[in-house]
Formats: sequence, structure tokens, C-alpha cells
Amino acid sequence: MSSVYFIFQQTMFFTIPLLIVALGGMFSERSGIINIALEGIMIIGAFCSILFIHLTEGFLSGQVQLLLAIGVAALSGLLFSLLHAYASVNMKADQTISGTALNMFAPAFAIFIARILQGVQQIQFTNTFRIESVPVLGNIPVIGNLFFKNTYITTYIGFLILILSYIVIYKTKFGLRLRACGEHPQAADSVGINVYKMQYAGVLISGALGGIGGLVFVVPTSTNFNATVAGYGFLALAVLIFGQWKPLRIFWASLFFGFMKTIAASYSGIAVLEGLGIPSYIYKMIPYVATLIVLVFTSKNSQAPRASGIPYDKGVR
Amino acid sequence: MKNKGIKIKKSDFGFLSSLFAVFVGLLFGFIILLCSNASQAVPGFLTILTGALTHGNKGAGQVFYYATPIILTGLSVGFAFKTGLFNIGATGQFIAGSFAAVVVGLTLPSLGAVHWTVALLASAAAGAVWGAVPGILKAFFNVNEVISSIMMNYIGLYAVNFTVKGSKTLFDSLRNQSLPLPESSHIPKMGLNLLFPDSSVNGGIFIAVLAALVIYIILNKTTFGFELKAVGFNRNASKYAGINEKKSIILSMVIAGALAGMAGGLLYLAGSGKHIEVVDVLPAEGFTGISVALLGLSNPLGIVLAGLFIAHITSGGFYLQLFEFSTEIIDIIVAVIIYFSAFSLIIRLLFSKISKGRGEVKNHE
Repeated sequence: MSSVYFIFQQTMFFTIPLLIVALGGMFSERSGIINIALEGIMIIGAFCSILFIHLTEGFLSGQVQLLLAIGVAALSGLLFSLLHAYASVNMKADQTISGTALNMFAPAFAIFIARILQGVQQIQFTNTFRIESVPVLGNIPVIGNLFFKNTYITTYIGFLILILSYIVIYKTKFGLRLRACGEHPQAADSVGINVYKMQYAGVLISGALGGIGGLVFVVPTSTNFNATVAGYGFLALAVLIFGQWKPLRIFWASLFFGFMKTIAASYSGIAVLEGLGIPSYIYKMIPYVATLIVLVFTSKNSQAPRASGIPYDKGVR
Repeated sequence: MKNKGIKIKKSDFGFLSSLFAVFVGLLFGFIILLCSNASQAVPGFLTILTGALTHGNKGAGQVFYYATPIILTGLSVGFAFKTGLFNIGATGQFIAGSFAAVVVGLTLPSLGAVHWTVALLASAAAGAVWGAVPGILKAFFNVNEVISSIMMNYIGLYAVNFTVKGSKTLFDSLRNQSLPLPESSHIPKMGLNLLFPDSSVNGGIFIAVLAALVIYIILNKTTFGFELKAVGFNRNASKYAGINEKKSIILSMVIAGALAGMAGGLLYLAGSGKHIEVVDVLPAEGFTGISVALLGLSNPLGIVLAGLFIAHITSGGFYLQLFEFSTEIIDIIVAVIIYFSAFSLIIRLLFSKISKGRGEVKNHE
């Protein structure tokens, strides 16, 4: 039973960043802007917030420090995504190219600045954030072990973001307008919606969530930041498509991907899986192969926002 | 948008906007150098500009060596662009090509004189297969090629690492990389070692330039190339005009894949001590190819120039370490160049406005 708990807890470490970043991508794409810069945004968010943790070590620690770091991550991701928003919305640039540029920029920038500040590119930090057991809740049988032991506050923030995203996208005026801009911006414009504003909002939300996702990815899995988030931004894009641009489906998709990542990372410690003799590389490949298969079955009637990736032109009918 | 009165040719706009992007990129790099260490900024920046040329013939040879694979990945991305596809999967095709080259290089030394040719063709074939997958998915299932080729990048990475690590004939377990390739699989120097002594340059650069010429001819001088471009412009209209649009999409990706695969072959068969390292990190050459293609405006000749330029400042970046700057500044500069080259539409409008103004003045005269 303990290995079930272990796998579940590990799965959460991999799932939550994917969930947060994919939800971020959802806001951007629902507004009509493709955001393949998620990888770069995650790196910038992680870089700034881990640097913040590194610099405030000594007089800050624990959950207060982590919450402040999340704020730093969100802000830095948001600022960085402004570049993408400006290129895509104001300059009507090719969104894939702009995203590619940001993806190239982020790791180089993170390494360059880290070298200047401290000589080496890895930024060390002390992990004082792990919650051994949440008071009271951790004592509930089974559920306590699954959700409230060996956990991070970021896990709950992830779920909170999921719920909020669902409400914002489906239950608010803002969400309706955002979706309208992604489907048919000209129609949205004709009823008085400011498409440019909505698209900025979409990209900036994805920037903030992407930044948080970067931090949330690094904290439970490492004790230093080495200017990479290991392709998680691209994986989050896959999650977004796997989840067909819908919050709840994105959750299930990220859970599946997170589970596969967990098995790939820790199968040697689990007797049952070790016995199967399947190499870890197979588990590493499964999420990507699965995404390809899902793409094959869904792309004919894709749920993708129709105007996604097309620069908005007022003059087009 | 009426373009009346424009004197500058359309192709010149592209060139000017590329120059503009390069200028902004370099300027940005200079500002970063200034901010990080003002006293070293000027010599550091000069090192980037002069690149490897300060190191004589050896340096020039190294530029050609670095340029070889990125010209080919650039051609791969650029060719796909011209046919309306964004081949972000050059990375995966590059990996597949490297793998095939290493497999043939290690297993078939009995081929003798044609060994390197077979290995190179194998790398192109493997890249073509890897590129065909997103092509087929796009043609028959309407799958967005950007996403499917990103998936193929990671599948390729893990599949190659898995196979290399699991094979006794390929894997050097002491060094955690593929075994060194025999001499017969190395691409001949074709006399370049006499011109550029001590550098790793080899006949690969000729093959890269030849590939650029072939792609130029295919795109601009053949019906086949015209069909590929037509499908890129409008899939449905092409179908209506009687072009087999599914075949065209698949062939575009196959050719793009073959080019990127060959890039892998040329790099690993260069005889410069390059091995497949079993680490879960995507190689940079594929993504650099995107930069090269964008900077070269997807024009094969432009891509050769852009490849040489990026190789030039990259090798300049190595010498930057003398001034205690890290080489990542080059990546930053290239990223800024790409970011601004995405603005080409606006810059084009800006230039056309300026030249429009001039045109009107002339009309008054």
C-alpha cells in the first residue's frame, strides 16, 4: 500500500505543473493566440522565483517564502509573455516564430544572468517547503495518505487554479468574451468586444500561469535550477491538445502524463514494475506517442479554437 | 494595402528586414554586454563581430564546419516554410539521421570506399521517414504538423537513446555515448584540410551548398516545386486545380526530413570526434535551423548566408570567454534576431511607406 501512496504523491509532483501550464496555454489559445513559448515562460518564471528563494534564504523560509516566490514567478512570467503578446497582437507577427524566439531566449538569458551573478549557471536553493503531513487532514485514513502527506502547498494551488479556470472560462462574462475572440474575433468585435484587450489578457494569463508552473516543476523535483524545465512546456502543449482545450479534460490529461512521467522516473523503486521488465524509455515515450494517437482521432473535428494562430485583422470579413 | 509607387523590389524588403533584425539583435547583445561588464563590453562585442576570423585559416575552417549542419537544418525548415509547413521537427529528424549514420558507420565498415556515402544516404533516409510521419498525419488526418513534430522530436530522442544504450555494437558504456566511428565512414576532406589546417572542416560544406542549389532549383524551376508551393498557399484551391495535395504535403515533409537527417549525418560523420551522447536533451542544431531559415527568409541562397553568419558569431562566442562573458550571449542575440524577424510584415510596411514618400516626390518632379 505504501508504494501506491508513494506513486500517487510523486504523480502529483509531475501532474500539477503540467496542469497549471496547460491551463495557462488554454487561456492564450482560447483568445486566439497560439503560445508555444510556454517552455520559455516556464524557464523565466522558475529562474526569477528560484533566484528569489536563493537570495532571501536566511531571513525567509517555509510557506511564506514559497508563496512570495509564486508571486515572483507569476509576475516574471507575465512580463515575459508581454513580448509574445506585443509581437502577436500589435505587430501581427507569426505566433509560432515569436514563440520560438522566446523559447530560445529564455534558457540563454537565465544562464547568462546566473553566471554574472554567481559564477555558475545552477542556482541552489534549500527546500524548506515540503509538508510532512497537513494537521488534522493528514490523519484521515487513505485520503490523508493520498492528498495530505508528503505534499507541497503548490498542489492545492494547482487545484485552486483548475477550479478558478473552469469558473472563469465557463461562468463569467470575461470567459465568454475570451472564447468568442478565439472562435471568431470579427464577430466578437462587431458586438463591441475589444479583441486586442482580450488577446492581451489571454496571453498574460498564460504567462503568469506558465511562470508559476516553472517554479512548481522545479521545487519538488530538484534542489537547484539549471536553466531548463526538461521540455515540460512542450509537454504541457500536448496536454492542452490531449485535453481538447477544456479545463476538466486538461486535468485528466495532465494526470495521465504525470503518471507516465512518475513511472519512468521511479519504476526501479517499485517491485511490481521492475518485475515487468519494461525499460524506462518506453514510459518516457508513451505520453508523446499517446498524444500523436489522440491527435489522429480528434483532428478531423478538432475542438481547437477556430481563430487560434491567425493574427486578428479588423478588415477581414 | 495598395503598393503603388514602390520602387524597392519585394525581395529587397525581405533582405532589408533581415538586416534590420540582425542590427537590432547585435545592438541588444551589445547593451547586455554593457550592462553586465562595461569595461569589457567593447572588446567583447568586437570579438563577436570578427568571430573566428581573428584566428586565421583555422578559424575560418571552423566556421564552415559549424555552418554545415545548420545550413541543412535551415534548408529543411525553410523548404517546409515555402510549402506552407512549419517543420519544428527538424530536431527529431536530425536525431534520426545521426542515429542512422552512426549505425551504418559502426556496422558496415566492409563497404570500404563507399562507406561514408551509404552512411550519409542512410541518414537522409532516416530523416525522411521521421519527417514523413507528421506529413502523413497532416495529409490524411489534418493533424497540425507543429504539434506532431514536437512529439516526434521527443519520441526520436528517447527511441535513439534507448536503442543506443541497449546495443552492444553501438554503445560505449564507459563514456555513456556511442562508439567512435571508423575512418572509412568519415566524409572526405576534399582538399579543405590543406586550405584550413587544424580545423574540422570537410567536404560536408560542399554537400550542404549543393543541397541548397538543388532545393533552389526544385522550388523555382520545376513543376513539382510549384505544386508543393501551391498546396502551401491554398490546399483546397490546389486540389481543385488537380494537384494531389495529400501527396504534396507528404513529399514536402519527406524532403524536409531528408535534409535535416542529412544534417545529422554530416555532423556525426565529420570525423571530429562527435558521439551520440545518451542524455535526455534535444540537440540544438534543429532549433538553430529555424533561426537560419527565418534569417535567410527561407530562400536557399539566403539560408547558406544565414548559416554562415550564425556559425560565424557562434564561433565568435567561444572566444568571448576570454572576456569572462558566457557564450549564451550568442543565443540571446540570435533569439532577438528571430523575434524581430517575425516583425517582417510591419517592417515591410514601414519601408514601403518610406519609399512611397520618395516615389511621390519623384512624381512631383
